[in-house]
Amino acid sequence: MNQLNKSHLLGIKELSEEEIQLIFETTDNFKDVLNRPIKKVPSLRDVTIANIFFENSTRTRLSFELAEKRLSADVINFSSSSSSVKKGETLLDTVNNILAMKVDMVVMRHSSPGASHFLAKHIKANIINAGDGTHEHPTQALLDTYSIRERLGSVAGKKVVIVGDILHSRVALSNIFALQKLGAEVMVCGPATLLPKHIEKLGVKVELDLRKALNWCDVANILRIQLERQKMSYFPSLREYALYYGVNMELLNSLDKEITILHPGPINRGIEITSQVADSKYAMILDQVENGVAIRMAVLYLLASSPAA
Amino acid sequence: MQKRLLLDSQLLQITIQRLCQQLIENHDNFSSSVILGLQPRGIFLASRIQKVIAELEGHQVQVGYLDTTFHRDDFRRRDLPKKASETRVPFLIENKEVILVDDVLFTGRSVRAALDAMISFGRPNKVELLVLIDRLYSRQLPISANYVGREVNTLASQHINVSLKEQDGDDSIWLMNTEEA
Repeated sequence: MNQLNKSHLLGIKELSEEEIQLIFETTDNFKDVLNRPIKKVPSLRDVTIANIFFENSTRTRLSFELAEKRLSADVINFSSSSSSVKKGETLLDTVNNILAMKVDMVVMRHSSPGASHFLAKHIKANIINAGDGTHEHPTQALLDTYSIRERLGSVAGKKVVIVGDILHSRVALSNIFALQKLGAEVMVCGPATLLPKHIEKLGVKVELDLRKALNWCDVANILRIQLERQKMSYFPSLREYALYYGVNMELLNSLDKEITILHPGPINRGIEITSQVADSKYAMILDQVENGVAIRMAVLYLLASSPAA
Repeated sequence: MQKRLLLDSQLLQITIQRLCQQLIENHDNFSSSVILGLQPRGIFLASRIQKVIAELEGHQVQVGYLDTTFHRDDFRRRDLPKKASETRVPFLIENKEVILVDDVLFTGRSVRAALDAMISFGRPNKVELLVLIDRLYSRQLPISANYVGREVNTLASQHINVSLKEQDGDDSIWLMNTEEA
């Protein structure tokens, strides 16, 4: 397999295992490029990419922008806080206006689930979903699974627990799809109020006790408590959450084995994970960020060369 | 089926020996020379050249692999994109004399991409090109090889099929008419 069968990356759900493996193999090559004295290749020099962020982001936007620049693409940035969206322009109008400036690819983050699907149906450009509400965040799941593959050799057969706010997390959903497609066993763990109803229909195990979950797994992906998405209280206090679902060193030391810790960032230090764990050798948090650039280069590169483009 | 054998196993071996002798004449003791084989097949030729030079002169020349996929000028213009392979240049080429090695020189576009890719690893003193087969009169860029195994007159519609032991099980280089290729 040399290319993706699609011109958009909207979610992991639509990807096949072969396509994920192709993205990983291409990422290996880009990671190598990023370790050279000159970290840039000219592949996308005739491509213009718009990064459209209707929601706040640091890591993802910087990571995409760096990936685009490392591929020599021309980049324009847009964030809704400083734009005409505030004057009442619709999503479609905003994007069509940007496309009128001859843009080839759009990287979009939006607070509404399905926003990137909507865009892909209505406009002629490659769309990359950089997070749509509580739905999917495909490049995050790709870089998480890539990091697992890097540290443990492969994803197949590994046991991965996703801990925390599963209900509001697009990272959780994309990760569940990616891990299952690559042959891993998946468990979710968190307070019952933060686990979606019927989540077990996706074929994941459900565990309410963090210690049991950590004892079962090889890798724990600790999610951030998304205070901004919680209109109502799902747990009594942050302190209580930290007490029952916070990962700390004593807990890790009391397990029978060493596990790998992932966190998509930004970290709420002292809530879902203590500083001691976040900065320990178990954590791959900064490796994830490093891999993120290479993953996004691979995705951009493969989509730019896809037949439907 | 129309095809013509250009080099068989024995002839290929003799050709590589001769190319190595030419390299030895120009590179003295190879102290500042490195070999970069171009993916996919140039890497096998580069290893063979390294081995022959070691046998003849006892010099261990450093060998790297260069993949030019991300530097090609036909990206997004060809139907099927090329799959990238490994680039491994475990040394700096700053002030080195670089010998690029490839199997076939045709339009010159891979070599242009290789020059581009190579610059990422430093500024060499000098760059030379060694190819097994030089397809004459088909260049689209002002590029020529310093060391040529065999020159061949070909039509654009023809194709050179290179099999190497390391990858395909046998050593043979054929000139084919495209319908069969």
